[in-house]
Amino acid sequence: MSLDTSKVASTNGTTAATASKPSKIGGVATWADDRLGLAGAMRKNLRKVFPDHWSFMLGEIALWSFVVLLLTGVFLTLWFNPSMGEIHYEGSYDQLRGITMSEAMASTLNISFDVRGGLLMRQMHHWAAMLFIASMMVHLLRVAFTGAYRKPRELNWVIGCLLLLLGTLEGFTGYSLPDDLLSGTGVRAADGFLKATPVVGSYMSFFLFGGEFPGDSIIPRLYIVHVLLIPGLLLGLIAAHMLLLVYHKHTQWPGPGRTNDNVVGFPMLPVYAAKAGGFFFIVFGVTAIMGGLLTINPVWKFGPYDPTKVTAGSQPDWYMGWPDGLLRIMPGWESVIFGYTISWNVMIPILIVPPLMLVILMLLPFIEGWITGDKRDHHLLQRPRNAPTRTAVMVSLMTFYGLAWAAGGNDLIAIKLDLSINQITYFMRVMIFLGPLIAFIVTRRWCISLQRHDNEKLLHGYETGVIMRSPDGGYSERHLPISDTAAYTLTARDRDEIYTVDGDTDSNGVTAPGSRVQALRAKLSAKMYEHNVQKPTAAEIEEAHHHAEHEHALEAGLDHPADGHQFDGHSDHTVEEAPLRGGH
Amino acid sequence: MRLLNRSAGRISRHRRGPLAGLVVLLLGLVLTGGLYTAFSPAQAESTSDEELIAQGRELFLVGCSFCHGQNGEGISTARDGYQVGPSLVGVGAAAVDFQVGTGRMPMANPGQQAPRKKPVYNEEEIAALAAYVASLAPGPAIPSPEDYSIDGLSEEEREEAISRGGQIFLTNCTACHNFNGAGGAMPRGGYAPTLHGVEPKYIYEAMLTGPQTMPTFSNGNLSPEEKRDVIAYLGSLEETPEYGGFGLGGLGPVSEGLFAWIVGIGGLVGFAVWIAAHSTRSSKIKEGAEA
Repeated sequence: MSLDTSKVASTNGTTAATASKPSKIGGVATWADDRLGLAGAMRKNLRKVFPDHWSFMLGEIALWSFVVLLLTGVFLTLWFNPSMGEIHYEGSYDQLRGITMSEAMASTLNISFDVRGGLLMRQMHHWAAMLFIASMMVHLLRVAFTGAYRKPRELNWVIGCLLLLLGTLEGFTGYSLPDDLLSGTGVRAADGFLKATPVVGSYMSFFLFGGEFPGDSIIPRLYIVHVLLIPGLLLGLIAAHMLLLVYHKHTQWPGPGRTNDNVVGFPMLPVYAAKAGGFFFIVFGVTAIMGGLLTINPVWKFGPYDPTKVTAGSQPDWYMGWPDGLLRIMPGWESVIFGYTISWNVMIPILIVPPLMLVILMLLPFIEGWITGDKRDHHLLQRPRNAPTRTAVMVSLMTFYGLAWAAGGNDLIAIKLDLSINQITYFMRVMIFLGPLIAFIVTRRWCISLQRHDNEKLLHGYETGVIMRSPDGGYSERHLPISDTAAYTLTARDRDEIYTVDGDTDSNGVTAPGSRVQALRAKLSAKMYEHNVQKPTAAEIEEAHHHAEHEHALEAGLDHPADGHQFDGHSDHTVEEAPLRGGH
Repeated sequence: MRLLNRSAGRISRHRRGPLAGLVVLLLGLVLTGGLYTAFSPAQAESTSDEELIAQGRELFLVGCSFCHGQNGEGISTARDGYQVGPSLVGVGAAAVDFQVGTGRMPMANPGQQAPRKKPVYNEEEIAALAAYVASLAPGPAIPSPEDYSIDGLSEEEREEAISRGGQIFLTNCTACHNFNGAGGAMPRGGYAPTLHGVEPKYIYEAMLTGPQTMPTFSNGNLSPEEKRDVIAYLGSLEETPEYGGFGLGGLGPVSEGLFAWIVGIGGLVGFAVWIAAHSTRSSKIKEGAEA
């Protein structure tokens, strides 16, 4: 790296430097700073350093698609009429002209066909909503797989989970607003879910709908939830999420020069302002292209909602697909207690499992922290393989989600893959339990194998691909030591410390209070780290390198690209001074 | 008058001639034959109809009777309620025209459902088979183009027919065939087939005869005009452009979700990788050093 010398004084001047006349912009800045006092805060934060890795930009997709949602959403509110008043449609779409529908539906058609750019805005809004929740989920996976949710970031994880929940609810309310056949079917399903709640179900339904379904107040109510209540909460939580990010500083991958106490990367200005700003335009552009080229929710084909109608392919948007899938594979269990029907077939897949999954998700960092007993701050990320149990738990949860999600599209899987919808259902009923278990075991063993591979590389070097034949005819592959940088990065992780209970009985044989819980904790901790491969000690590496030295004679000439003739004396071209791999 | 009398007299002179009887006989024959051909075409077809039925029966015995029985009475299996092939008595010409015309019959192999495929019989053979099955018992006839075409209507009537047809379609058909006519799944591997590119005649016949698992929409249920309107609506869907761009198969939110993840998230993560790979200060050489 060359030094930038432009800011260095060229001479040791003898006269004192004088301040030059401030520029006009400087004058404005001083005027503003005198009144707002922002310079101090700005100076610190504009130079704030962020580490560079593609996976750190996944949450940004969510942020920028939220901005797209706000922009397009404001456009849509200018024409959307959230009313269930009945009118005859007299707009541009021929096939529905003269049909009775709600004003909400008519204004949606109006936006689609008679407002300039309206259909593009509608489709962008819908695509951005899909991307918003999808990017939150990939961001969540990144955070979980790298262990970024460990102390001190547990609460930010909880905020993230709440954002996911609110985003889903926001999406559902938006899906319901146009009052087309698909929306209405979704609202009808939501009504059924409410009514499946024991005891209070019908009261809640009547409260929400202002009477019997569908009534005429659900659309205005969902509208205010959609444009005011949830966006307000989302904005507040996004602000909190990002303030905590700034306060905690961003996590980083370990490597030479990167410790738990620093952040190595580039400053906000100019680097990240440009990168993030550019990324906003990319997200906007992708959403605009999708909105312009790909049909989403063609309400004109669905027509207005009418409880007597339904269409094949009535699915929720993708993020509600997994509860829908659970509902589809649930056996039709009901029980009658004191003359009241308990609809397990709706309660379990909708009212019990999804909230339970959300709670499990939110508690993940706390459960892990309790088992490990780790109270240290963590700013360095873990590779997924170095936390096999955590990685396996996440993959197991993903498998559960994925299977339930696929079950939500069982009808389309059936027709597109020529399968029987019944057999898909039977398969899913078994796999929803078995799949996550298999995924857990496979992932955990896979991670442990990768850990072993890392240790191999540390102790015996990397595989050169050069096969040697010894004088007595045996074949072996040459290994060369990895670079110091690579070795540092591989070893920059802590050894797993199994939580142990120190003396659960005192000298008089009296059991310490809470010792059974502690024993469970110790047992879980031992199980969690069982079979994990620890990094080699310095002595072991030393020993391995010493062992390798004795073979160095054979490795002479391996400091240039291998062509297969390094060791057999048939090397017939001049050796270039190019290193075999970067450091060697 | 005199002229007439004269020529009548002249003919009259020959009335007892040796050839008179023959001439009168010939004249009579020509007259009756001519009148017969001119005034009774229906009668004429009915003779060739019998030929058609006979021809249809020939084809039926070779291609259909294995499952449907030698007289179209159907063949039951040992299991109660199961059949090798159902009885065709009373299904009418429309059912035959639909099943054989769309290639569903003869079935290539027994299965949950007979798929649409290239027809095995040509048009005349289908007409013969239809005539034979129609001769077994009265049943719905093959509709004529006037039954399902809205060409004869005024512009206004046509628009009304289309929007009315849309509502009938959404009420009666979309539950299985999907809002877009893209088709949907039925139990145990069955499916409601796509309606895209299906000829109006076959849609009309399907409604009329209720093939396979499809319910029958008899004329008392959906009047011929209502059937015509549904067909007009489906036609109008195919004629109007996809206003929103590429239709993603018209399958609803599942294919939309697929595109959001693959195109949207896939593309954006790709961009994230690209942005992260382009730094102000490149550290590529160092990274390359890592084994």
